Amino acid sequence: MKVWESFSEEETYRIGKELAQQAKPGDIIALQGDLGVGKTVFARGFAAGLGIEGPVASPTFTFVICYAQGRLPLYHFDLYRIADPEELDEIGYEEFFYGSGVCLVEWPERAEELFPAHTVWMRIEKDFAKDAAYRKITMED
Amino acid sequence: MKKILAIESSCDETAAAVVADGRSVLSNIISSQIARHKLFGGVVPEIASRKHIEKINQVVSAALDEAGMTLTQVDAVAVTKGPGLVGALLVGVSFAKALAFAAGKPLIGVNHIEGHIAANYISNPRLEPPFLCLVVSGGHTHLVRVADYGVYEVLGRTLDDAAGEAFDKVARAIGLGYPGGPKIEALAKLGNPKAIPFPRAKISGSALDFSFSGLKSAVLNYMNGAHMRKERIVEADLAASFQQAVIDVLVGNLMKAAAESDTKCIALAGGVTANQTLRTAVEQACVSAGYTFYCPEPLLCTDNAAMIGAAAYTSWQKGQLSDWSLNADPALQLGAI
Repeated sequence: MKVWESFSEEETYRIGKELAQQAKPGDIIALQGDLGVGKTVFARGFAAGLGIEGPVASPTFTFVICYAQGRLPLYHFDLYRIADPEELDEIGYEEFFYGSGVCLVEWPERAEELFPAHTVWMRIEKDFAKDAAYRKITMED
Repeated sequence: MKKILAIESSCDETAAAVVADGRSVLSNIISSQIARHKLFGGVVPEIASRKHIEKINQVVSAALDEAGMTLTQVDAVAVTKGPGLVGALLVGVSFAKALAFAAGKPLIGVNHIEGHIAANYISNPRLEPPFLCLVVSGGHTHLVRVADYGVYEVLGRTLDDAAGEAFDKVARAIGLGYPGGPKIEALAKLGNPKAIPFPRAKISGSALDFSFSGLKSAVLNYMNGAHMRKERIVEADLAASFQQAVIDVLVGNLMKAAAESDTKCIALAGGVTANQTLRTAVEQACVSAGYTFYCPEPLLCTDNAAMIGAAAYTSWQKGQLSDWSLNADPALQLGAI
């Protein structure tokens, strides 16, 4: 397991950016964390790390937003509104999960069983014993 | 009279409508608003949302029936081509293409946000460009200058969460459930909007852009802080203060845009417009500044196909028809042809 500690939004952004710079075609990152923990900030950094410019809007409403202008295509998912994993079939998720771009998936726990074995599971957490801005970012092996 | 059969399936709703000359609605069918038994002739199968493919045939037939027409009497077929969910969009686009091809009718692809704006032409037949339009929905937050029919200048947009999404996420944090907009508004009526000083978004980019992610985080931080200090949270005050922060930012940017603009005519559009507190706030700001205020009726603010028919009429008049290569574009921008 790999652990990062962040003490600001800027650091969280930078961690996302650095990870994206090492991303390979077919990578899929499942990013867990509660509302307001900084997943949006991480995603913005991640997009920047792939060379994607411009705003990274939330995909909550449309489930997925695709970015084609970077080093690799980025498929930014948010499964927050998924009630039943079967709904992902309607979106055609396999085209993305098993494609040659990079998937960053927020709220992956909504459809855990659909993720391929090579998925990298990450989590962003607060720790109230520490600073309000403190975040622990972990990556499972 | 030119009659357009319009189809919308960009996200959660499957919808079809017949609109005459872009302003007169002959029928407007939205699948979630029809009783299941009516849609399936007595059989009530379990259907998940967004199963457009199972509903589109019935919805289109119902739209033609209610307009008292057959497909041959329609002058053109219009469909939402984006932005939205690609799988959902493809159902509408493929269906519309097949229908138009089989019946030998012109095909018109429409931008969903353009549709929301065009809903104002239906509700307010005297409205003409130029005007400013604030489009606020679950998926979109756009501040647009409508320079002419079908000509748009995006003055501001959200850099992260849409306004409606911020409502949904805060509602979930408080434990109100989905969809959050109506629930927050109802709870906010019982609370004090000045109780908690939530931040009004500070934006580094364009002065008219929006950001709601920070506000959402501020609400969650406030709740966490109160739990840690074992203080009681007055949820009504929280809802009211949050809602006021969203409204202040929306109204603030809209009025700033109006002050700098050549037009003093302001319209609202999109599902969040169902929020009466927002409507009233914009209307009052317009009245005190001497601006004219327009807003579509609630049924035309949610996702519907009548608005797509209204926008399609404009494209048609300009000769902007689609060919058989029309495709769904999930990331379609306003102003892109």
